[in-house]
Amino acid sequence: MSEIKKFMYVNRKAPYGTVYALESLEVVLIGAAFDQDVSLAFVDDGVYQIMNGQNTTGIGMKNFSSTYKALGDYEVTKLYVEKESLEARGLTVDDLMELTWEDEDDDYEEKPSIRLVSSAELAEVMADQDVVLSF
Amino acid sequence: MGIEVNGKTLEVDEEGYLADLSTWVPEVATVMAKEDGQELGEDHWELINFLREYYEEYQIAPAIRVLTKAIGKKLGKDKGNSKYLYELFPYGPAKQACKYAGLPKPTGCV
Amino acid sequence: MLHTVNKSPFERNSLESCLRLSAAGSAILLFEDAVVGAVTGTNIADKVSAALADREIYVLGPDLAARGLDQSKLIDGIKVVDYGGFVDLSVEKSAVQAWV
Repeated sequence: MSEIKKFMYVNRKAPYGTVYALESLEVVLIGAAFDQDVSLAFVDDGVYQIMNGQNTTGIGMKNFSSTYKALGDYEVTKLYVEKESLEARGLTVDDLMELTWEDEDDDYEEKPSIRLVSSAELAEVMADQDVVLSF
Repeated sequence: MGIEVNGKTLEVDEEGYLADLSTWVPEVATVMAKEDGQELGEDHWELINFLREYYEEYQIAPAIRVLTKAIGKKLGKDKGNSKYLYELFPYGPAKQACKYAGLPKPTGCV
Repeated sequence: MLHTVNKSPFERNSLESCLRLSAAGSAILLFEDAVVGAVTGTNIADKVSAALADREIYVLGPDLAARGLDQSKLIDGIKVVDYGGFVDLSVEKSAVQAWV
Protein backbone atom coordinates (compact mmCIF):
# COMPACT_ATOMS: atom_id res chain seq x y z
CA MET A 1 0.00 0.00 0.00
CA SER A 2 1.15 3.51 -0.70
CA GLU A 3 1.44 5.82 2.25
CA ILE A 4 -1.54 7.74 3.51
CA LYS A 5 -1.90 11.23 2.11
CA LYS A 6 -3.75 14.22 3.47
CA PHE A 7 -6.67 15.19 1.28
CA MET A 8 -8.68 18.33 1.89
CA TYR A 9 -11.88 19.19 0.06
CA VAL A 10 -12.52 22.94 0.13
CA ASN A 11 -16.19 23.90 -0.21
CA ARG A 12 -16.95 27.52 -1.08
CA LYS A 13 -20.37 27.47 -2.74
CA ALA A 14 -23.90 27.44 -1.35
CA PRO A 15 -25.96 24.34 -2.19
CA TYR A 16 -28.74 24.12 -4.84
CA GLY A 17 -27.83 27.24 -6.85
CA THR A 18 -24.96 25.39 -8.51
CA VAL A 19 -23.98 21.75 -8.56
CA TYR A 20 -20.62 22.22 -6.78
CA ALA A 21 -21.80 21.28 -3.27
CA LEU A 22 -23.43 18.03 -4.35
CA GLU A 23 -20.54 17.12 -6.62
CA SER A 24 -18.07 17.71 -3.84
CA LEU A 25 -20.07 15.53 -1.46
CA GLU A 26 -20.25 12.72 -4.00
CA VAL A 27 -16.52 12.89 -4.67
CA VAL A 28 -15.87 12.80 -0.92
CA LEU A 29 -18.03 9.69 -0.50
CA ILE A 30 -16.39 7.94 -3.44
CA GLY A 31 -12.92 9.03 -2.37
CA ALA A 32 -13.55 7.72 1.14
CA ALA A 33 -13.06 4.20 -0.21
CA PHE A 34 -9.35 4.91 -0.67
CA ASP A 35 -8.32 5.10 2.98
CA GLN A 36 -6.69 8.50 2.96
CA ASP A 37 -6.60 11.15 5.66
CA VAL A 38 -9.61 13.16 4.52
CA SER A 39 -10.86 16.48 5.80
CA LEU A 40 -13.40 18.99 4.55
CA ALA A 41 -13.25 22.76 4.81
CA PHE A 42 -16.30 24.98 4.64
CA VAL A 43 -15.46 28.58 3.81
CA ASP A 44 -17.27 31.50 2.19
CA ASP A 45 -20.74 30.43 1.00
CA GLY A 46 -19.70 26.82 1.56
CA VAL A 47 -20.88 27.18 5.17
CA TYR A 48 -24.46 27.21 3.87
CA GLN A 49 -24.04 23.58 2.81
CA ILE A 50 -24.29 22.39 6.38
CA MET A 51 -27.04 24.73 7.60
CA ASN A 52 -29.59 23.19 9.89
CA GLY A 53 -33.23 22.93 8.80
CA GLN A 54 -32.85 22.82 5.03
CA ASN A 55 -36.15 22.13 3.29
CA THR A 56 -36.15 21.80 -0.49
CA THR A 57 -39.73 20.69 -1.08
CA GLY A 58 -40.59 24.07 -2.58
CA ILE A 59 -37.79 24.06 -5.15
CA GLY A 60 -38.21 20.49 -6.34
CA MET A 61 -34.62 19.46 -5.65
CA LYS A 62 -33.29 16.66 -3.53
CA ASN A 63 -32.34 17.79 -0.05
CA PHE A 64 -28.90 16.24 0.35
CA SER A 65 -28.09 17.93 3.64
CA SER A 66 -28.78 14.75 5.64
CA THR A 67 -26.05 13.00 3.65
CA TYR A 68 -23.46 15.05 5.56
CA LYS A 69 -24.61 13.09 8.61
CA ALA A 70 -23.37 9.90 6.94
CA LEU A 71 -19.82 11.25 6.59
CA GLY A 72 -18.90 9.82 9.98
CA ASP A 73 -19.83 6.32 8.74
CA TYR A 74 -17.43 6.92 5.86
CA GLU A 75 -14.70 7.81 8.35
CA VAL A 76 -14.70 11.44 7.30
CA THR A 77 -14.57 13.04 10.72
CA LYS A 78 -12.80 16.38 10.31
CA LEU A 79 -15.02 19.17 9.06
CA TYR A 80 -13.30 22.54 9.40
CA VAL A 81 -15.62 25.54 9.44
CA GLU A 82 -14.08 28.99 9.17
CA LYS A 83 -15.35 31.29 11.89
CA GLU A 84 -14.84 34.43 9.80
CA SER A 85 -17.05 33.06 7.01
CA LEU A 86 -19.83 32.31 9.50
CA GLU A 87 -19.56 35.74 11.09
CA ALA A 88 -19.61 37.53 7.73
CA ARG A 89 -22.96 35.83 7.07
CA GLY A 90 -24.47 36.56 10.47
CA LEU A 91 -24.25 32.89 11.44
CA THR A 92 -22.92 30.96 14.39
CA VAL A 93 -22.09 27.30 14.80
CA ASP A 94 -25.57 26.86 16.31
CA ASP A 95 -27.04 27.49 12.86
CA LEU A 96 -25.24 24.43 11.55
CA MET A 97 -26.27 20.78 11.69
CA GLU A 98 -24.92 18.73 14.52
CA LEU A 99 -22.50 16.43 12.75
CA THR A 100 -20.86 13.64 14.70
CA TRP A 101 -18.91 10.45 14.26
CA GLU A 102 -18.65 7.32 16.37
CA ASP A 103 -15.24 6.51 17.74
CA GLU A 104 -14.88 2.73 17.51
CA ASP A 105 -11.78 2.84 19.66
CA ASP A 106 -13.60 4.68 22.40
CA ASP A 107 -16.69 2.50 22.97
CA TYR A 108 -18.53 4.05 20.00
CA GLU A 109 -18.67 7.39 21.71
CA GLU A 110 -20.24 10.11 19.55
CA LYS A 111 -17.80 12.92 18.91
CA PRO A 112 -18.35 16.20 17.10
CA SER A 113 -17.04 16.35 13.52
CA ILE A 114 -17.25 20.11 13.15
CA ARG A 115 -14.12 22.02 14.10
CA LEU A 116 -14.64 25.74 14.29
CA VAL A 117 -11.38 27.42 13.29
CA SER A 118 -10.09 30.92 12.59
CA SER A 119 -8.77 31.91 9.14
CA ALA A 120 -5.22 31.67 10.43
CA GLU A 121 -5.77 28.20 11.89
CA LEU A 122 -7.40 26.96 8.70
CA ALA A 123 -4.59 28.44 6.62
CA GLU A 124 -2.12 26.31 8.59
CA VAL A 125 -4.19 23.13 8.19
CA MET A 126 -4.54 23.79 4.47
CA ALA A 127 -0.82 24.42 4.04
CA ASP A 128 -0.17 21.03 5.59
CA GLN A 129 -2.17 19.06 2.95
CA ASP A 130 -0.76 16.82 0.25
CA VAL A 131 -3.76 17.32 -2.01
CA VAL A 132 -6.38 20.06 -2.00
CA LEU A 133 -9.55 19.74 -4.07
CA SER A 134 -11.63 22.85 -4.57
CA PHE A 135 -15.34 23.05 -5.19
CA MET B 1 -37.80 0.25 -19.57
CA GLY B 2 -40.09 -0.92 -16.85
CA ILE B 3 -41.17 -3.73 -14.57
CA GLU B 4 -44.69 -5.02 -13.99
CA VAL B 5 -45.76 -4.70 -10.37
CA ASN B 6 -49.34 -5.13 -9.18
CA GLY B 7 -50.59 -4.57 -12.73
CA LYS B 8 -48.69 -1.29 -13.08
CA THR B 9 -45.54 -0.58 -15.03
CA LEU B 10 -42.82 1.08 -12.97
CA GLU B 11 -39.96 2.77 -14.77
CA VAL B 12 -36.43 1.46 -14.23
CA ASP B 13 -33.08 2.61 -15.62
CA GLU B 14 -30.84 0.63 -17.97
CA GLU B 15 -29.32 -1.26 -15.05
CA GLY B 16 -32.71 -2.13 -13.62
CA TYR B 17 -32.76 0.35 -10.72
CA LEU B 18 -36.12 1.94 -9.97
CA ALA B 19 -36.33 5.38 -11.60
CA ASP B 20 -38.53 6.89 -8.91
CA LEU B 21 -37.85 5.77 -5.36
CA SER B 22 -41.31 6.85 -4.23
CA THR B 23 -43.00 4.29 -6.50
CA TRP B 24 -41.51 1.45 -4.43
CA VAL B 25 -43.78 -1.14 -2.83
CA PRO B 26 -42.59 -4.45 -1.30
CA GLU B 27 -43.76 -6.31 -4.42
CA VAL B 28 -41.03 -4.48 -6.37
CA ALA B 29 -38.47 -6.56 -4.49
CA THR B 30 -40.46 -9.75 -5.02
CA VAL B 31 -40.78 -9.16 -8.75
CA MET B 32 -37.09 -8.25 -9.16
CA ALA B 33 -36.04 -11.30 -7.14
CA LYS B 34 -38.20 -13.56 -9.27
CA GLU B 35 -36.50 -12.24 -12.41
CA ASP B 36 -33.16 -13.18 -10.82
CA GLY B 37 -34.57 -16.59 -9.92
CA GLN B 38 -34.48 -15.96 -6.21
CA GLU B 39 -36.90 -16.29 -3.30
CA LEU B 40 -36.88 -13.66 -0.59
CA GLY B 41 -36.82 -14.86 2.99
CA GLU B 42 -36.90 -13.07 6.31
CA ASP B 43 -33.17 -12.33 6.21
CA HIS B 44 -33.47 -10.72 2.80
CA TRP B 45 -36.29 -8.51 3.98
CA GLU B 46 -34.34 -7.52 7.07
CA LEU B 47 -31.57 -6.22 4.82
CA ILE B 48 -33.93 -4.57 2.33
CA ASN B 49 -35.71 -2.77 5.14
CA PHE B 50 -32.41 -1.78 6.68
CA LEU B 51 -31.31 -0.22 3.39
CA ARG B 52 -34.56 1.65 3.01
CA GLU B 53 -34.22 3.06 6.49
CA TYR B 54 -30.61 4.04 5.85
CA TYR B 55 -31.65 5.84 2.68
CA GLU B 56 -34.53 7.55 4.45
CA GLU B 57 -32.12 8.91 7.04
CA TYR B 58 -29.09 9.79 4.92
CA GLN B 59 -30.41 10.07 1.36
CA ILE B 60 -27.73 7.75 0.02
CA ALA B 61 -27.25 4.06 -0.57
CA PRO B 62 -24.27 3.16 1.61
CA ALA B 63 -21.00 1.82 0.23
CA ILE B 64 -20.44 -1.83 1.05
CA ARG B 65 -17.97 -1.36 3.90
CA VAL B 66 -20.22 1.29 5.45
CA LEU B 67 -23.15 -1.09 5.08
CA THR B 68 -21.40 -4.04 6.72
CA LYS B 69 -20.32 -1.90 9.64
CA ALA B 70 -23.77 -0.43 10.15
CA ILE B 71 -25.42 -3.84 9.91
CA GLY B 72 -22.95 -5.34 12.33
CA LYS B 73 -23.87 -2.68 14.80
CA LYS B 74 -27.61 -2.91 14.35
CA LEU B 75 -28.25 -6.57 13.56
CA GLY B 76 -25.26 -8.23 15.18
CA LYS B 77 -21.65 -8.99 14.35
CA ASP B 78 -22.49 -12.31 12.66
CA LYS B 79 -24.38 -10.38 9.99
CA GLY B 80 -22.00 -7.44 9.64
CA ASN B 81 -19.69 -8.94 7.05
CA SER B 82 -19.70 -9.20 3.31
CA LYS B 83 -19.75 -13.00 3.37
CA TYR B 84 -23.19 -12.93 4.98
CA LEU B 85 -24.42 -10.28 2.56
CA TYR B 86 -23.14 -12.16 -0.48
CA GLU B 87 -24.78 -15.36 0.73
CA LEU B 88 -28.10 -13.56 0.80
CA PHE B 89 -27.50 -11.61 -2.38
CA PRO B 90 -25.04 -13.45 -4.60
CA TYR B 91 -24.96 -10.68 -7.21
CA GLY B 92 -23.73 -8.32 -4.49
CA PRO B 93 -25.55 -6.21 -1.94
CA ALA B 94 -25.22 -3.13 -4.14
CA LYS B 95 -26.37 -4.67 -7.38
CA GLN B 96 -29.12 -6.70 -5.78
CA ALA B 97 -30.22 -5.54 -2.34
CA CYS B 98 -30.16 -1.82 -3.13
CA LYS B 99 -31.97 -2.46 -6.38
CA TYR B 100 -34.66 -4.55 -4.69
CA ALA B 101 -35.03 -1.85 -2.05
CA GLY B 102 -35.70 0.73 -4.75
CA LEU B 103 -32.52 2.65 -4.00
CA PRO B 104 -30.18 4.16 -6.56
CA LYS B 105 -26.82 2.52 -7.16
CA PRO B 106 -24.66 3.15 -4.10
CA THR B 107 -22.52 6.25 -3.97
CA GLY B 108 -18.96 5.13 -3.53
CA CYS B 109 -19.60 1.86 -5.31
CA VAL B 110 -16.32 1.41 -7.19
CA MET C 1 1.78 25.38 -1.20
CA LEU C 2 0.56 27.19 -4.31
CA HIS C 3 -2.73 29.07 -4.39
CA THR C 4 -4.17 30.03 -7.75
CA VAL C 5 -6.83 32.66 -8.37
CA ASN C 6 -8.50 33.24 -11.74
CA LYS C 7 -11.48 35.46 -10.89
CA SER C 8 -11.57 39.25 -10.76
CA PRO C 9 -11.56 40.50 -7.16
CA PHE C 10 -14.19 43.04 -8.21
CA GLU C 11 -16.61 40.30 -9.22
CA ARG C 12 -15.89 37.48 -6.74
CA ASN C 13 -14.38 37.14 -3.29
CA SER C 14 -11.88 34.48 -4.43
CA LEU C 15 -8.80 36.69 -4.08
CA GLU C 16 -9.87 38.00 -0.68
CA SER C 17 -10.52 34.47 0.57
CA CYS C 18 -7.18 33.37 -0.81
CA LEU C 19 -5.37 36.19 0.99
CA ARG C 20 -7.22 35.36 4.21
CA LEU C 21 -6.57 31.61 4.05
CA SER C 22 -3.08 31.31 2.64
CA ALA C 23 -0.39 30.60 5.20
CA ALA C 24 2.88 32.50 5.47
CA GLY C 25 5.44 31.07 3.09
CA SER C 26 2.94 30.00 0.46
CA ALA C 27 2.83 31.29 -3.10
CA ILE C 28 -0.10 32.89 -4.90
CA LEU C 29 -0.50 32.99 -8.65
CA LEU C 30 -2.96 35.38 -10.29
CA PHE C 31 -4.10 34.50 -13.81
CA GLU C 32 -7.00 35.07 -16.20
CA ASP C 33 -9.34 37.76 -14.77
CA ALA C 34 -7.55 37.77 -11.42
CA VAL C 35 -4.61 39.68 -12.91
CA VAL C 36 -6.61 42.88 -12.48
CA GLY C 37 -5.91 42.52 -8.76
CA ALA C 38 -2.16 42.77 -9.31
CA VAL C 39 -1.98 46.46 -10.18
CA THR C 40 -1.75 49.55 -8.00
CA GLY C 41 -4.58 51.97 -7.36
CA THR C 42 -7.38 49.43 -6.83
CA ASN C 43 -9.46 49.06 -3.68
CA ILE C 44 -7.83 45.69 -2.98
CA ALA C 45 -4.21 46.78 -3.63
CA ASP C 46 -3.50 47.39 0.07
CA LYS C 47 -4.53 43.85 1.00
CA VAL C 48 -2.40 42.44 -1.79
CA SER C 49 0.59 44.54 -0.71
CA ALA C 50 0.18 43.41 2.88
CA ALA C 51 0.21 39.74 1.83
CA LEU C 52 3.55 40.27 0.08
CA ALA C 53 5.16 40.62 3.50
CA ASP C 54 5.11 36.86 4.07
CA ARG C 55 3.95 35.34 0.76
CA GLU C 56 5.20 35.37 -2.83
CA ILE C 57 2.73 36.67 -5.40
CA TYR C 58 3.03 35.92 -9.10
CA VAL C 59 1.01 37.13 -12.04
CA LEU C 60 0.70 35.52 -15.46
CA GLY C 61 2.23 37.94 -18.02
CA PRO C 62 0.16 36.96 -21.07
CA ASP C 63 -3.09 37.55 -19.14
CA LEU C 64 -1.86 41.01 -18.04
CA ALA C 65 -0.91 41.93 -21.61
CA ALA C 66 -4.20 40.64 -23.01
CA ARG C 67 -6.06 43.03 -20.73
CA GLY C 68 -3.89 46.01 -21.62
CA LEU C 69 -2.37 46.20 -18.15
CA ASP C 70 1.20 47.43 -18.20
CA GLN C 71 3.78 45.69 -16.03
CA SER C 72 4.94 49.07 -14.76
CA LYS C 73 1.61 49.35 -12.89
CA LEU C 74 2.17 46.19 -10.88
CA ILE C 75 2.20 46.36 -7.10
CA ASP C 76 5.82 46.35 -5.86
CA GLY C 77 7.04 42.83 -5.17
CA ILE C 78 4.70 40.95 -7.53
CA LYS C 79 6.64 38.82 -10.01
CA VAL C 80 5.62 38.19 -13.60
CA VAL C 81 5.74 34.61 -14.93
CA ASP C 82 4.96 33.06 -18.30
CA TYR C 83 3.18 29.72 -18.86
CA GLY C 84 6.42 27.84 -18.25
CA GLY C 85 6.79 29.65 -14.94
CA PHE C 86 3.20 28.70 -14.03
CA VAL C 87 4.04 25.03 -14.65
CA ASP C 88 7.29 25.31 -12.67
CA LEU C 89 5.42 26.76 -9.71
CA SER C 90 2.81 24.00 -9.79
CA VAL C 91 5.52 21.36 -9.79
CA GLU C 92 7.69 23.05 -7.18
CA LYS C 93 4.95 23.64 -4.60
CA SER C 94 3.60 20.49 -2.98
CA ALA C 95 -0.14 21.09 -3.18
CA VAL C 96 -2.28 23.46 -5.22
CA GLN C 97 -5.44 25.13 -3.98
CA ALA C 98 -7.46 26.65 -6.81
CA TRP C 99 -9.70 29.50 -5.65
CA VAL C 100 -12.20 29.07 -8.48
